[in-house]
Amino acid sequence: MKTLRLVPNNTKIDFVNKRMITFVISALLVVASSGLFLGKGLNLGIDFLGGILIEVRTNGPADIGGLRTQLNGLGLGEVALQEFGSVNDVLIRVQRQEGGDGAQQGAIDIVKDALGSTIAEYRRTEFVGPTVGAELKRAATWAVLAAIGAILLYIWLRFEWQFGVGAVIALSHDVITTIGLFSLLALEFNLATVAAVLTIAGYSINDTVVIYDRVRENLRRYKKMSLIDLFNQSINETLSRTIMTSLTTLLALFALYIFGGAVIRGFAVALIWGVLIGTYSSVALAVPVLLYLRPDRGVAADEDENPTAEQEVP
Amino acid sequence: MLHFPPWKKILISAVCVFGFLYALPNLFGEQAFEGLPEWAPGKQINLGLDLQGGSHLLLEVEVDAVIREQLEAMVDALRVTLRTARVRYTGLGIEGNGAVFRLRDPARNEDIRRQIAELNPDAEILLSADGVFRMQLSEEAIRDRQSSAVAQSIEIVRRRIDETGTREPTIQRQGQDRILVQLPGVKDPERVKRLLGKTAKLTFHLINATQPTGDASTKVPPGIMLLPSDDPTELAQNRRYLVRKRVELSGDTLIDAQATFQNNRPVVSFRFNSIGARKFGDITAQNVGRLLAIVLDGKVISAPNIREPIPGGSGIITGQFTTQEVQDLALLLRAGALPAPLNILEERTVGPGLGQDSIDSGRIASIIGIVLVTIFMVVVYGRFGIMADFALILNLVLIVAVLSLLQATLTLPGIAGIVLTIGMAVDANVLIFERIREEVNNGRTPISAIDAGYRRAIITIVDSNLTTLIAAVLLFAFGSGPIKGFAITLAIGIVTSMFTAVMVTRMILVTWLRITRPQALPI
Repeated sequence: MKTLRLVPNNTKIDFVNKRMITFVISALLVVASSGLFLGKGLNLGIDFLGGILIEVRTNGPADIGGLRTQLNGLGLGEVALQEFGSVNDVLIRVQRQEGGDGAQQGAIDIVKDALGSTIAEYRRTEFVGPTVGAELKRAATWAVLAAIGAILLYIWLRFEWQFGVGAVIALSHDVITTIGLFSLLALEFNLATVAAVLTIAGYSINDTVVIYDRVRENLRRYKKMSLIDLFNQSINETLSRTIMTSLTTLLALFALYIFGGAVIRGFAVALIWGVLIGTYSSVALAVPVLLYLRPDRGVAADEDENPTAEQEVP
Repeated sequence: MLHFPPWKKILISAVCVFGFLYALPNLFGEQAFEGLPEWAPGKQINLGLDLQGGSHLLLEVEVDAVIREQLEAMVDALRVTLRTARVRYTGLGIEGNGAVFRLRDPARNEDIRRQIAELNPDAEILLSADGVFRMQLSEEAIRDRQSSAVAQSIEIVRRRIDETGTREPTIQRQGQDRILVQLPGVKDPERVKRLLGKTAKLTFHLINATQPTGDASTKVPPGIMLLPSDDPTELAQNRRYLVRKRVELSGDTLIDAQATFQNNRPVVSFRFNSIGARKFGDITAQNVGRLLAIVLDGKVISAPNIREPIPGGSGIITGQFTTQEVQDLALLLRAGALPAPLNILEERTVGPGLGQDSIDSGRIASIIGIVLVTIFMVVVYGRFGIMADFALILNLVLIVAVLSLLQATLTLPGIAGIVLTIGMAVDANVLIFERIREEVNNGRTPISAIDAGYRRAIITIVDSNLTTLIAAVLLFAFGSGPIKGFAITLAIGIVTSMFTAVMVTRMILVTWLRITRPQALPI
């Protein structure tokens, strides 16, 4: 059986010497993302802002313009409508109402009364009060910070600190640019997005760790090789795997994006972006920055076998 | 390398067999497995509310209202005591978590202190140097009262929801003063919310004899309060009832309430318990000709004229009701009143249509994801790819089995987690196979290359999977509802994929090597 080689054997692509190009690109991406985040902000969903979200299926194609005029005349503040997945489905967002948690429920009744018989089915009703919204925001922030902290702690324990710093840089880059993408495309940022961001963090680190493992192995094996050559060799040796895994994950994610339904689409977008940016940053950022951090080359020297391979794995 | 101990083969095979057994009910339905013990296979995956449809409600008990009510009762009791003792006092009212007042004649301070001490054994009585009495609830008493109000609310919520016929509701306390209600497959979530939004405190009061009604600006004599009518037309005319504050009888003496019809109008008929019936008989006997107000949550539902004594202990409530409202009112009266109002803090309701659509599209996305990934693996790794694909399918079976066994909840993000796992699960095999290719290129023999491939890749596999596992565990710890579902499937997927991709493929490879003894690896 003939097998396909996505990446030819013994590639010798000089990634590390092109680092200035990728550094500039990444710096621009990070600056642009921060600018978008600070300037334009995120399209926060009701999970964090509080408010009401109703997904309805209408009898026949929805007259979104008519519904918009009607619902915005109810005195509930801004009511946003969008087609959701099919021409019959409409997503209605009502901003958080003045007053406490009690004031919000009345708004759902008002909207449902106004919609009346044009609606075939209420597919989804979500309401988050201001109290819970604030709590979810806090919990989500903690989750992201704690996850990044725990991952770094792990890297720091398993590798030398230089690798930890390199991983932070790549990881922060991925998280910041993901947030930038959400700001740019005005995609809704909700609890599911936070889960996606954390998964991206996990994936990005996963990818970085695989290459770092090879760097560490080669550092022990080749004592005389220059760091630039050694990093290039490590990236090239793992390149085939890096691309394979990204492709299989992307295949699954595109299936999710196309067939998974409208509710999960934003989540899939975030993950697809995360896989792309995570793969890029592992190769183009995480390894080249090690050049400036000067990792220890270790003492145990064995030209042929790497020391970790000595451990008997049953 | 070729040595693979038999106990290991048995163990791996056993895990696979158990996996299949525990995953089976999801194919054949739970009925096929009825009668087996608790731990045996027979459980299907628990679907989250976003997949099976239903309502998730987070309620908050207004515990402050309970304390407020108790303090008001304390003030009333103090007023009665002071009046009966014929002492003059000033400034009686609520302050903080207690009631305060001052006697005009400080000489009676000690006497009064003794008398009010009997009112409430839980309360502390303080007397300041300038003669201000303070009767306050201790922190502990307040906490106890609030805690029991929440417990009581849960009980009432449960009764009300049971009455609506919802199957398998989950009602549990969350934190200090919150109640989480999950209603799978609920048909009319608005009705449930309406039912939970009412305190349903029913009381009977006599109406002021000299002036029964007035408007919002009417001056009321002591012991009388102004209450609005529940009837919207009367309310529009700004009509108010002058109702005696004294509660003649309250709803907790009811033993039954039913929706019925009288003169073709929907009404609620009710029955008192024996104490209530006797009291009701006495009140009606002593007050023939007067108006009796039936008050629900601070509104006068109706104020019928007592034409004759009613000794039987039953009666009806009429008002401007629809049939649905009468049914709801009867239900509320049967279930009892909440000790404090409930606020809805969060609601997530998914209709059955969307739930089924999510299951369908999740299933299609998973199948297409698997097909794409498996084809791709065969194209790239040939025979080795087939082994990895076998591991991948086994991995899915194990995820389903573990989810069924743990009775963890599968949510829509959970399905996304499974699809993501499909893509990432082959990573371990990719790492191993790439390593084997490298070793082959370095001139190793097949057996030696496979051996080195597994040994060297395993370290990387553990490192890279542990970081994702850390992210999953934290998502579980901090996340809520659906996100927890994503974290669960992601974490289970990581663990099972390490088992299938490393152990199972290795066993297959070893067996294959032993049988064919190839000269070169087809990779």
